[in-house]
Amino acid sequence: MRSCKDISFLVSQSLDRKLALRERLGLHLHLMMCNACRCMADQMKLLQAASLHYQITEGLESHSAQQALSREASDRILARLQQAARERSD
Amino acid sequence: MGEAADNSAFPEPDPGRWLQDYGDVLYRYALQRLRDSAHAEDLVQETLLAAFQARASYSGRSSEKTWLIGILKHKVVDFIRTQVRESTVDDISALSDKGVEHDIDDLFDARGFWVRPPRDWGNPDAALHNDEFLAAFEACLARLKPALAQVFALKELVGQSSEEICRELGISTTNCGVMLYRARMGLRRCLDVQWPGGNSKGTK
Repeated sequence: MRSCKDISFLVSQSLDRKLALRERLGLHLHLMMCNACRCMADQMKLLQAASLHYQITEGLESHSAQQALSREASDRILARLQQAARERSD
Repeated sequence: MGEAADNSAFPEPDPGRWLQDYGDVLYRYALQRLRDSAHAEDLVQETLLAAFQARASYSGRSSEKTWLIGILKHKVVDFIRTQVRESTVDDISALSDKGVEHDIDDLFDARGFWVRPPRDWGNPDAALHNDEFLAAFEACLARLKPALAQVFALKELVGQSSEEICRELGISTTNCGVMLYRARMGLRRCLDVQWPGGNSKGTK
Protein backbone atom coordinates (compact mmCIF):
# COMPACT_ATOMS: atom_id res chain seq x y z
CA MET A 1 0.00 0.00 0.00
CA ARG A 2 1.37 3.41 -0.96
CA SER A 3 1.58 6.15 1.65
CA CYS A 4 -0.22 9.50 1.33
CA LYS A 5 3.19 11.04 0.65
CA ASP A 6 3.78 8.70 -2.31
CA ILE A 7 0.29 9.41 -3.57
CA SER A 8 0.81 13.18 -3.49
CA PHE A 9 3.86 12.79 -5.75
CA LEU A 10 1.94 10.46 -8.05
CA VAL A 11 -0.93 12.95 -8.37
CA SER A 12 1.56 15.66 -9.33
CA GLN A 13 3.15 13.29 -11.87
CA SER A 14 -0.27 12.54 -13.35
CA LEU A 15 -0.50 16.23 -14.30
CA ASP A 16 2.81 16.04 -16.19
CA ARG A 17 2.80 12.64 -17.86
CA LYS A 18 0.62 9.63 -18.53
CA LEU A 19 0.91 7.26 -15.59
CA ALA A 20 1.71 3.58 -16.09
CA LEU A 21 -1.19 1.22 -15.56
CA ARG A 22 0.19 0.01 -12.25
CA GLU A 23 0.56 3.58 -11.01
CA ARG A 24 -2.96 4.43 -12.10
CA LEU A 25 -4.42 1.45 -10.27
CA GLY A 26 -2.46 2.20 -7.10
CA LEU A 27 -3.57 5.82 -7.24
CA HIS A 28 -7.20 4.96 -7.87
CA LEU A 29 -7.29 2.42 -5.06
CA HIS A 30 -5.77 4.83 -2.58
CA LEU A 31 -8.06 7.71 -3.54
CA MET A 32 -11.11 5.49 -3.09
CA MET A 33 -10.18 4.95 0.52
CA CYS A 34 -8.52 8.20 1.54
CA ASN A 35 -10.55 11.37 1.89
CA ALA A 36 -7.49 13.56 2.63
CA CYS A 37 -5.76 12.51 -0.58
CA ARG A 38 -8.95 13.04 -2.57
CA CYS A 39 -8.96 16.63 -1.32
CA MET A 40 -5.27 16.98 -2.17
CA ALA A 41 -5.85 15.63 -5.70
CA ASP A 42 -8.73 18.08 -6.21
CA GLN A 43 -6.55 20.91 -4.94
CA MET A 44 -3.71 20.10 -7.36
CA LYS A 45 -6.13 19.89 -10.26
CA LEU A 46 -7.58 23.24 -9.26
CA LEU A 47 -4.08 24.77 -9.28
CA GLN A 48 -3.75 23.62 -12.87
CA ALA A 49 -7.22 24.90 -13.78
CA ALA A 50 -6.48 28.26 -12.18
CA SER A 51 -3.26 28.51 -14.17
CA LEU A 52 -5.09 27.69 -17.35
CA HIS A 53 -7.48 30.50 -16.54
CA TYR A 54 -4.49 32.87 -16.68
CA GLN A 55 -3.27 31.37 -19.95
CA ILE A 56 -6.66 31.89 -21.52
CA THR A 57 -7.30 35.39 -20.25
CA GLU A 58 -3.84 36.43 -21.47
CA GLY A 59 -3.45 39.24 -19.04
CA LEU A 60 -6.94 40.59 -19.53
CA GLU A 61 -7.58 40.67 -15.84
CA SER A 62 -5.43 40.49 -12.79
CA HIS A 63 -6.45 40.11 -9.22
CA SER A 64 -3.37 41.64 -7.71
CA ALA A 65 -3.14 45.32 -6.99
CA GLN A 66 -1.00 46.39 -9.96
CA GLN A 67 -3.22 46.44 -13.02
CA ALA A 68 -1.62 48.80 -15.47
CA LEU A 69 1.66 50.23 -16.70
CA SER A 70 2.65 53.20 -14.60
CA ARG A 71 2.71 56.63 -16.19
CA GLU A 72 6.52 56.73 -15.88
CA ALA A 73 7.01 53.33 -17.48
CA SER A 74 4.61 54.19 -20.25
CA ASP A 75 6.43 57.47 -21.00
CA ARG A 76 9.80 55.78 -20.89
CA ILE A 77 8.71 53.06 -23.32
CA LEU A 78 7.12 55.60 -25.65
CA ALA A 79 10.35 57.64 -25.72
CA ARG A 80 12.33 54.51 -26.57
CA LEU A 81 9.89 53.57 -29.35
CA GLN A 82 10.03 57.05 -30.85
CA GLN A 83 13.80 56.87 -30.80
CA ALA A 84 13.66 53.54 -32.67
CA ALA A 85 11.26 55.01 -35.21
CA ARG A 86 13.60 58.00 -35.77
CA GLU A 87 16.61 55.74 -36.21
CA ARG A 88 14.60 53.84 -38.78
CA SER A 89 13.76 56.92 -40.82
CA ASP A 90 17.24 58.47 -40.64
CA MET B 1 11.98 61.53 -55.50
CA GLY B 2 10.65 59.58 -52.60
CA GLU B 3 9.77 56.40 -54.48
CA ALA B 4 11.73 54.16 -52.12
CA ALA B 5 10.02 55.49 -49.05
CA ASP B 6 6.57 55.32 -50.52
CA ASN B 7 6.33 51.76 -51.72
CA SER B 8 3.72 50.49 -49.30
CA ALA B 9 -0.01 50.77 -49.55
CA PHE B 10 -0.31 49.98 -45.84
CA PRO B 11 -0.11 52.70 -43.26
CA GLU B 12 3.05 52.60 -41.19
CA PRO B 13 2.25 50.76 -37.95
CA ASP B 14 2.50 53.06 -35.00
CA PRO B 15 4.19 51.54 -31.95
CA GLY B 16 2.92 54.45 -29.90
CA ARG B 17 -0.61 53.33 -30.60
CA TRP B 18 0.30 49.72 -29.76
CA LEU B 19 1.56 50.98 -26.43
CA GLN B 20 -1.64 52.89 -25.85
CA ASP B 21 -3.95 50.06 -26.92
CA TYR B 22 -2.12 47.00 -25.64
CA GLY B 23 0.45 48.26 -23.14
CA ASP B 24 -1.60 47.32 -20.10
CA VAL B 25 -2.62 43.92 -21.44
CA LEU B 26 0.99 43.07 -22.26
CA TYR B 27 2.14 44.35 -18.92
CA ARG B 28 -0.37 42.24 -16.99
CA TYR B 29 0.53 39.16 -19.01
CA ALA B 30 4.21 39.63 -18.18
CA LEU B 31 3.61 40.59 -14.56
CA GLN B 32 1.50 37.53 -13.84
CA ARG B 33 4.31 35.33 -15.05
CA LEU B 34 7.35 37.23 -13.76
CA ARG B 35 5.87 38.81 -10.62
CA ASP B 36 8.28 41.71 -10.92
CA SER B 37 7.04 45.03 -12.26
CA ALA B 38 10.41 46.36 -13.44
CA HIS B 39 11.14 43.22 -15.45
CA ALA B 40 7.58 43.17 -16.79
CA GLU B 41 7.96 46.77 -17.99
CA ASP B 42 11.24 45.90 -19.69
CA LEU B 43 9.65 43.02 -21.54
CA VAL B 44 6.77 45.21 -22.74
CA GLN B 45 9.33 47.62 -24.18
CA GLU B 46 11.34 44.83 -25.80
CA THR B 47 8.17 43.33 -27.25
CA LEU B 48 7.05 46.59 -28.85
CA LEU B 49 10.53 47.26 -30.20
CA ALA B 50 10.75 43.76 -31.63
CA ALA B 51 7.26 44.12 -33.11
CA PHE B 52 8.24 47.43 -34.71
CA GLN B 53 11.34 45.88 -36.22
CA ALA B 54 9.40 42.85 -37.44
CA ARG B 55 6.31 44.76 -38.54
CA ALA B 56 6.74 43.57 -42.12
CA SER B 57 6.18 40.00 -40.94
CA TYR B 58 2.79 40.76 -39.41
CA SER B 59 0.41 39.07 -41.78
CA GLY B 60 -2.81 40.45 -40.38
CA ARG B 61 -4.06 36.89 -40.06
CA SER B 62 -4.23 37.14 -36.28
CA SER B 63 -5.31 40.19 -34.35
CA GLU B 64 -2.62 42.69 -33.40
CA LYS B 65 -3.12 41.79 -29.78
CA THR B 66 -2.59 38.07 -30.38
CA TRP B 67 0.46 38.83 -32.48
CA LEU B 68 1.98 41.04 -29.79
CA ILE B 69 1.20 38.55 -27.00
CA GLY B 70 2.87 35.85 -29.09
CA ILE B 71 6.06 37.92 -29.23
CA LEU B 72 5.85 38.67 -25.52
CA LYS B 73 5.31 35.00 -24.67
CA HIS B 74 8.63 34.10 -26.29
CA LYS B 75 10.34 36.86 -24.37
CA VAL B 76 8.78 35.67 -21.11
CA VAL B 77 9.97 32.11 -21.72
CA ASP B 78 13.48 33.31 -22.56
CA PHE B 79 13.55 35.49 -19.51
CA ILE B 80 12.37 32.83 -17.06
CA ARG B 81 14.75 30.32 -18.58
CA THR B 82 17.68 32.67 -18.04
CA GLN B 83 16.54 33.35 -14.49
CA VAL B 84 16.33 29.65 -13.65
CA ARG B 85 19.72 29.07 -15.25
CA GLU B 86 21.16 31.83 -13.12
CA SER B 87 19.88 30.26 -9.91
CA THR B 88 22.91 28.58 -8.47
CA VAL B 89 23.49 25.00 -9.50
CA ASP B 90 23.25 24.03 -5.82
CA ASP B 91 19.84 25.63 -5.62
CA ILE B 92 18.49 23.67 -8.56
CA SER B 93 19.98 20.39 -7.44
CA ALA B 94 18.65 20.89 -3.91
CA LEU B 95 15.20 21.76 -5.20
CA SER B 96 15.04 18.86 -7.63
CA ASP B 97 16.46 16.19 -5.32
CA LYS B 98 13.79 13.78 -4.17
CA GLY B 99 15.96 12.85 -1.20
CA VAL B 100 16.02 16.16 0.64
CA GLU B 101 12.68 17.86 0.82
CA HIS B 102 12.05 19.39 4.21
CA ASP B 103 9.17 21.42 2.85
CA ILE B 104 7.44 18.13 1.98
CA ASP B 105 8.67 16.00 4.87
CA ASP B 106 7.05 18.04 7.59
CA LEU B 107 3.66 17.61 5.93
CA PHE B 108 3.74 13.90 6.68
CA ASP B 109 4.40 11.72 9.70
CA ALA B 110 6.98 8.95 9.78
CA ARG B 111 4.61 6.51 8.07
CA GLY B 112 3.78 8.97 5.30
CA PHE B 113 0.33 10.00 6.55
CA TRP B 114 -0.82 13.62 6.49
CA VAL B 115 0.03 15.56 9.63
CA ARG B 116 -2.65 18.08 8.73
CA PRO B 117 -5.04 16.62 6.15
CA PRO B 118 -5.77 18.89 3.17
CA ARG B 119 -9.10 20.71 3.34
CA ASP B 120 -11.95 20.35 0.93
CA TRP B 121 -11.87 23.46 -1.27
CA GLY B 122 -15.44 22.95 -2.36
CA ASN B 123 -16.71 23.43 -5.91
CA PRO B 124 -13.75 24.06 -8.27
CA ASP B 125 -15.81 26.15 -10.70
CA ALA B 126 -16.90 28.42 -7.88
CA ALA B 127 -13.28 28.88 -6.80
CA LEU B 128 -12.18 29.75 -10.35
CA HIS B 129 -14.78 32.49 -10.50
CA ASN B 130 -13.93 33.77 -7.08
CA ASP B 131 -11.67 36.85 -7.06
CA GLU B 132 -10.57 36.05 -3.54
CA PHE B 133 -9.34 32.64 -4.60
CA LEU B 134 -7.43 34.01 -7.59
CA ALA B 135 -5.90 36.74 -5.45
CA ALA B 136 -4.79 34.12 -2.90
CA PHE B 137 -3.41 31.99 -5.75
CA GLU B 138 -1.28 34.90 -6.97
CA ALA B 139 -0.14 35.71 -3.44
CA CYS B 140 0.89 32.09 -2.83
CA LEU B 141 2.71 31.93 -6.17
CA ALA B 142 4.66 34.99 -5.06
CA ARG B 143 5.73 33.18 -1.90
CA LEU B 144 7.19 30.11 -3.57
CA LYS B 145 10.95 29.76 -3.90
CA PRO B 146 11.78 31.63 -7.13
CA ALA B 147 13.15 28.62 -9.02
CA LEU B 148 10.04 26.59 -8.18
CA ALA B 149 7.71 29.44 -9.14
CA GLN B 150 9.57 29.84 -12.44
CA VAL B 151 9.34 26.17 -13.37
CA PHE B 152 5.66 26.17 -12.41
CA ALA B 153 5.10 29.29 -14.52
CA LEU B 154 6.77 27.74 -17.57
CA LYS B 155 4.65 24.59 -17.25
CA GLU B 156 1.26 25.92 -16.23
CA LEU B 157 1.17 29.62 -17.09
CA VAL B 158 3.11 29.60 -20.35
CA GLY B 159 2.02 26.11 -21.32
CA GLN B 160 5.35 24.47 -22.11
CA SER B 161 5.54 20.68 -21.85
CA SER B 162 7.64 19.21 -19.08
CA GLU B 163 9.96 17.68 -21.70
CA GLU B 164 10.65 21.13 -23.14
CA ILE B 165 11.29 22.59 -19.71
CA CYS B 166 13.63 19.79 -18.61
CA ARG B 167 15.57 19.96 -21.85
CA GLU B 168 15.99 23.71 -21.70
CA LEU B 169 17.04 23.66 -18.05
CA GLY B 170 19.34 20.73 -18.62
CA ILE B 171 17.85 18.62 -15.82
CA SER B 172 16.36 15.13 -15.94
CA THR B 173 12.64 14.49 -16.32
CA THR B 174 12.59 13.09 -12.80
CA ASN B 175 14.18 16.19 -11.29
CA CYS B 176 11.86 18.39 -13.28
CA GLY B 177 8.91 16.42 -11.91
CA VAL B 178 10.21 16.89 -8.37
CA MET B 179 10.39 20.66 -8.85
CA LEU B 180 6.83 20.79 -10.17
CA TYR B 181 5.72 18.56 -7.29
CA ARG B 182 7.26 20.86 -4.72
CA ALA B 183 5.80 23.91 -6.40
CA ARG B 184 2.31 22.37 -6.34
CA MET B 185 2.66 21.17 -2.76
CA GLY B 186 3.87 24.61 -1.69
CA LEU B 187 0.98 26.31 -3.49
CA ARG B 188 -1.72 24.03 -2.11
CA ARG B 189 -0.30 24.21 1.38
CA CYS B 190 -0.28 28.01 1.22
CA LEU B 191 -3.79 28.17 -0.26
CA ASP B 192 -5.08 25.72 2.33
CA VAL B 193 -4.35 28.47 4.86
CA GLN B 194 -4.81 31.60 2.73
CA TRP B 195 -8.06 30.86 1.04
CA PRO B 196 -10.93 31.34 3.47
CA GLY B 197 -13.53 30.15 0.96
CA GLY B 198 -12.68 26.52 1.50
CA ASN B 199 -13.14 26.85 5.25
CA SER B 200 -16.73 27.91 5.38
CA LYS B 201 -18.10 24.81 3.68
CA GLY B 202 -16.18 21.89 5.02
CA THR B 203 -18.02 19.12 3.22
CA LYS B 204 -16.71 15.75 4.28
